[in-house]
Amino acid sequence: MSVGFIMLVHDALDRAALVARHLHEHGQPVVLHVDERVSDAEFKWFRDGLRNCDHIHFCPRHACEWGSWSIVAATLTASEVLLKNHPDLGHVYLASGSCLPLRPVAELQRYLEERPRTDFIESVTTDEVDWTIGGLDRERFTLRFPFSWKRRRRLFDGYVRLQRRLKFRRHIPSGLTPHLGSQWWCLTRETLLAILNDPRRVEYDRYFRRVWIPDESYFQTLSRLHTRHIESRSLTLSKFDFQGKPHVFYDDHMQLLRQSDCFVARKIWPEAEQLYRHFLAPPDLSLIRLEPNPLKIDRLFSRATERRIRGRTGLYMSARYPNNDRETRISAARYSVFQGFDELFDGFDIWLSRRTGNTVHNRLFSQNRVEFVDAVDITNGALSSSNLLRDYNPKAFLTNLIWNTRGSHQCFMFGPNDQQDISKTLANDTNAQISVISGAWAIPLFHSDRDFSDVRKEAARLQRIEAGFIELLRDSQTRARVSIWTLAEFIEDPMEKLQMILDELGGGVQRRLAEVPQMADLEGFGQFLQSLKNQGMSPHLMGDFPVLEPGQRTDGAQRPYLVR
Amino acid sequence: MDANGDWDATLNYLEKYRLRRQRLRLRLRAFRKRRELKPLMDRTQQIATGDTLLFCTLRNERNRLPFFLDYYRGLGIDHFFFVDNGSDDGSAEYLSRQADATVFLTHHSYKSARYGVDWLQWLQRLYGHGHWCLTVDADEFLVYPYCETRPIRALTDWLDASSVRSLGCLLLDMYPKEPINSVSCGEGENPLELAPWFDSGNYMIEKNHYYGNLWIQGGPRARVFFANDPKRAPAMNKIPLVKWSRHYAYVSSTHMLLPRGLNGVYDTQGGEKTSGCLLHAKFLDTLKSKSSEEIERQQHFSNSIEYRAYYKGLSDNPVLWTQWSEKYIGWRQLEILGLMSKGNWA
Repeated sequence: MSVGFIMLVHDALDRAALVARHLHEHGQPVVLHVDERVSDAEFKWFRDGLRNCDHIHFCPRHACEWGSWSIVAATLTASEVLLKNHPDLGHVYLASGSCLPLRPVAELQRYLEERPRTDFIESVTTDEVDWTIGGLDRERFTLRFPFSWKRRRRLFDGYVRLQRRLKFRRHIPSGLTPHLGSQWWCLTRETLLAILNDPRRVEYDRYFRRVWIPDESYFQTLSRLHTRHIESRSLTLSKFDFQGKPHVFYDDHMQLLRQSDCFVARKIWPEAEQLYRHFLAPPDLSLIRLEPNPLKIDRLFSRATERRIRGRTGLYMSARYPNNDRETRISAARYSVFQGFDELFDGFDIWLSRRTGNTVHNRLFSQNRVEFVDAVDITNGALSSSNLLRDYNPKAFLTNLIWNTRGSHQCFMFGPNDQQDISKTLANDTNAQISVISGAWAIPLFHSDRDFSDVRKEAARLQRIEAGFIELLRDSQTRARVSIWTLAEFIEDPMEKLQMILDELGGGVQRRLAEVPQMADLEGFGQFLQSLKNQGMSPHLMGDFPVLEPGQRTDGAQRPYLVR
Repeated sequence: MDANGDWDATLNYLEKYRLRRQRLRLRLRAFRKRRELKPLMDRTQQIATGDTLLFCTLRNERNRLPFFLDYYRGLGIDHFFFVDNGSDDGSAEYLSRQADATVFLTHHSYKSARYGVDWLQWLQRLYGHGHWCLTVDADEFLVYPYCETRPIRALTDWLDASSVRSLGCLLLDMYPKEPINSVSCGEGENPLELAPWFDSGNYMIEKNHYYGNLWIQGGPRARVFFANDPKRAPAMNKIPLVKWSRHYAYVSSTHMLLPRGLNGVYDTQGGEKTSGCLLHAKFLDTLKSKSSEEIERQQHFSNSIEYRAYYKGLSDNPVLWTQWSEKYIGWRQLEILGLMSKGNWA
């Protein structure tokens, strides 16, 4: 018993002719339905080309429009012609003009002969479907769709809305449970015949005429009434993207298609010369019995859809520019920002990079230049150290740096002396980890021998900036992971705090801290703060430092800050 | 459809009206400029339905043309339109001998024809309607996903099926490792082999809310010539491939178009649309003679500010190459670096 093919053809007639002839040469009857909208001249050329094939038939033509009844009508007409001319078929395979058999027809025949009672048709109840377009699944069966979705979208949408508002519902013929599935099926002759000769067919046809996309539901629903056994999957490899249009196969998919072991693939780009030449070539004699396994192709296409819908986080480019409020992850990877650490510890950056193996930049946002690690002029991605370029678009600078260095954790120092334009981006970025020792900016001032009134002014300025930054970090909108200590808090137990930071960074071996960076000399710092107060400024970000007369505390008393 | 959707919501009527007027003005302008074009070789009767067309204005590019034509024939361009703006090196004659080229001559001002856009727009209006039209300069080479295995027709068929009317690109400046004046491009040589290096990760993007396009700056030109004045750095966003309709108009070079739905070549919800790169093989020794010529003719953008800056920089014979420059291998490399995207084309 052989397999009969129905091919629905609407363009690329030369390719359809190639495939039809191939099937015919392998002894399978084919009925071709050519879209009414194909010009008569083209149709004549097509038919004449296949004239000498006695098992190729042409059925009366319908004008087919996507999503409308006409496609089902065409399929029904073609089925009738096929079953009338070939009453001895085992199965009937519905294909399109852009389908291509990937395995020898004899293998398909054998496969079907071994499963003589099985209908291969994807048929799923509406509750189980998640791939419908426009959010219409159940409503496909209960609303009316007289307007074309492709050409008259507004009318289509408006009419759907109107029906929803009026709570209009069509009555589904009794005994039918709506099912959906791929248009491309392979049914047994018995099932197809039963559908065609169903005593209630007139009623069903009238109902499905106004269902939306009936080619995905007519046979899928009715075969449930007549089948002996349904395998709910399509033998045709046909993948749809998120817009509901089929993925297309090109020459460079050759290997994937060969490995898929599917019987038929759709849809093939008409100019994919190599695919047609390869798969329509005479087969090797050894027939293989393999189950279709389109896993790799599935993966390829789902990755493509993922790329289109989600994209690569932290990448800004000519094809991806998410609106500001769209993304919680502004940059591509996690990174750490340290404020106040390089002022409290000498050589903190070097120590940190040695401990963690991370890339530790100095002040990336310093006023005069970008202080990349090792003071280089240019870094990954040809990112320049020019502060003018950076300040022209600080967010782009940061996201570029993180994107260019993905795979290695970036750390950098920050402070109230730096360009602050970036602070909002930092605070809003889930990938940022910001550690602040507030008030540490006073340490260099404390050590400087500048005129004290200058120092006071500068201290007031820096405190204002840092207070603003901290307020931003404490805002409920902030997405960065933030730790803030006052200077006083931090130096109470710096080892523990540093250990916490290292644990959080997680890079490398989790050993207890042995080596601590050298802490700045803070003797007399309390007195310094008191002097600022005496000058009328109120330094509050450092926390509470005891005001002690110089000499009241010995050097020894400060040691516990450093060694446990 | 998809490109238009979220734009339309934000348009207000006055803005719409102004844009419509502007588009009409641009089209009338092109209409006036039609007299400046004299046909040298007309092969337009060869053009068939569905052909992909290429449009290019040029001046004295004779050395580069053989490779240019080969490259784009290789991608599957069916017909070339050239406007020769007064070449004296035999470019026009060479082009008119090509079996798939239509050539027009003009000696009028490049600048007052909006850098050639008006001329090309007139030709696009006459011949491009309903075709996919690629508008490039003689030193720009289009790279799109799968371009080494799939002809441009595969791309345009797919864009058609996706109801997408335009393809966005990053203009990617290519440069040699040597000082740029020391590398010369002989006839038929592949400029991309002479200048295979590019900057991979220093582009800055802003959105132009009026036209809806992205304004991209960066690359070696911003890094070397405009580091002190980044705002002036040239735009690197391009939309060179468009399913043309006679109602469309390029606004400024091929950076953006009207109606502005065509500029929506990027995704705003976090996804990536399919996009390409235009490899810009400009930084070879021909640039210096070009720059002095362009400054003399005062024919380039913004009073030749761009060219003045180059010229100043070029007299130092700069090396654009750095140890962080990337060497061009192919489109997959650009895809991985995030300079272009496959989108959901697989």
